[in-house]
Amino acid sequence: MADRYSFSLTTFSPSGKLVQIEYAFQAVNQGVTSLGIKASNGVVLATEKKSTSDLIDASSLSKISNITPDIGMVYSGMGPDFRVLVDKARKSSHTNYKRIYNEYPPTRILVQDVARTMQEATQSGGVRPYGVSLLVGGYDADNGFSLYQVDPSGTYFPWKATAIGKGSTSAKTFLEKRWTEDLELEDAIHIALLTLKESVEGEMNGNTVEIGVIGPASDHLLGFEGVKNIQGPRFRKLSPQEIDDRLDAI
Amino acid sequence: MSDPSSINGGSVVAMVGKDCVAIGCDMRLGMQALTVSNDFPKIFQFNNAFLGLTGLATDVITLSEVFRYKVNLYNLREERKIEPETFANLVSSTLYEKRFGPYFVGPIVAGINSKSGDPYICGFDLIGCINFAKDFVVGGTSSDQLFGMCESLWEPNLEPDDLFETISQALLNAQDRDALSGWGAIVYVITKDKVVKRLLKTRQD
Repeated sequence: MADRYSFSLTTFSPSGKLVQIEYAFQAVNQGVTSLGIKASNGVVLATEKKSTSDLIDASSLSKISNITPDIGMVYSGMGPDFRVLVDKARKSSHTNYKRIYNEYPPTRILVQDVARTMQEATQSGGVRPYGVSLLVGGYDADNGFSLYQVDPSGTYFPWKATAIGKGSTSAKTFLEKRWTEDLELEDAIHIALLTLKESVEGEMNGNTVEIGVIGPASDHLLGFEGVKNIQGPRFRKLSPQEIDDRLDAI
Repeated sequence: MSDPSSINGGSVVAMVGKDCVAIGCDMRLGMQALTVSNDFPKIFQFNNAFLGLTGLATDVITLSEVFRYKVNLYNLREERKIEPETFANLVSSTLYEKRFGPYFVGPIVAGINSKSGDPYICGFDLIGCINFAKDFVVGGTSSDQLFGMCESLWEPNLEPDDLFETISQALLNAQDRDALSGWGAIVYVITKDKVVKRLLKTRQD
């Protein structure tokens, strides 16, 4: 069985395109809008939690996931593919980095690792490209806060603010007008909610929208006190209540 | 021909001072009783981390090349210099990879973190167990003698020039009591803005 599929399923078309990757982009563009905004003191990741039925228990599904205490990730496209990439990124941040250097990888290194995984799915036998685009937000001491997009092709770009998925074009235009160099985290969260509002179809409240923030270190989340030189995690998810409070202020 | 860690001989020592660290080594390379070379330094520099390697000479050479390769790739990938603490963990994981067929070495790391300015020293056993110390670390065939010298001579917050004198006396008198170490010595004194390397005048026996 294996030898029948030991060749790459992603092959060039006469015009020089890799059609499978083009189709993967289609899967992304049909997906729910997600966006990321880099502020001077943090990064916001936001997405809509679109449910097909009111019977779905929305609180049990998490679309914004953390990879390391200081790096978080959101997607547009196929949920299952995202899950797999999150698991691989979490594992790889330990096996290929923390277990060697005893520190978590900087954002760019983590992003390059995920990008390599996605590229390998475009040049290996018997696999298809991942049907997701990712927005990765993180913090490291040498580069500060950063936001990256990773595509099904394995390309990655750093962004100041961007959106992916269904309403990405209009969202990006919206963000271009609103983004400034000296945005603070709270402003960025405000702009993220405003931008999402444009593309959200149903009701918009703390249970239909997910916000993840990479901001100041939350030492109270460490679980212990009194150890010097250890900082708490920078990634945290806003609770539905916190989101509702901010939506009221819009 | 039995204990790999005492065929070639050699010693290293590192100490912490006030906003400075010092690391020193002897220069001997021998084959048991025969001295083959008096120009075999055992300290290697990787960005702002200094590694002192004693033990089986072939492993000293191989490991210095392995770490040069790993640190070069780190620099290219991360686009930044490696810090002493990070390098120490790299040494530890590299040694543990060979847990059941180890390198016969006794490494020590010394350096100053370029961001915080904090001095850092540590030692390891041959399979990578990190011994983090706030005062001094020792290694090699005269490690027992070095422990005695350091324990009596070292005091906290020594200025760079005083730290130099202290570490030099510790190294010299310890290696003179060891048949397999000696034949010259090198001491590096490292501060935030400069590194001074001195060759000590020692007994050539």
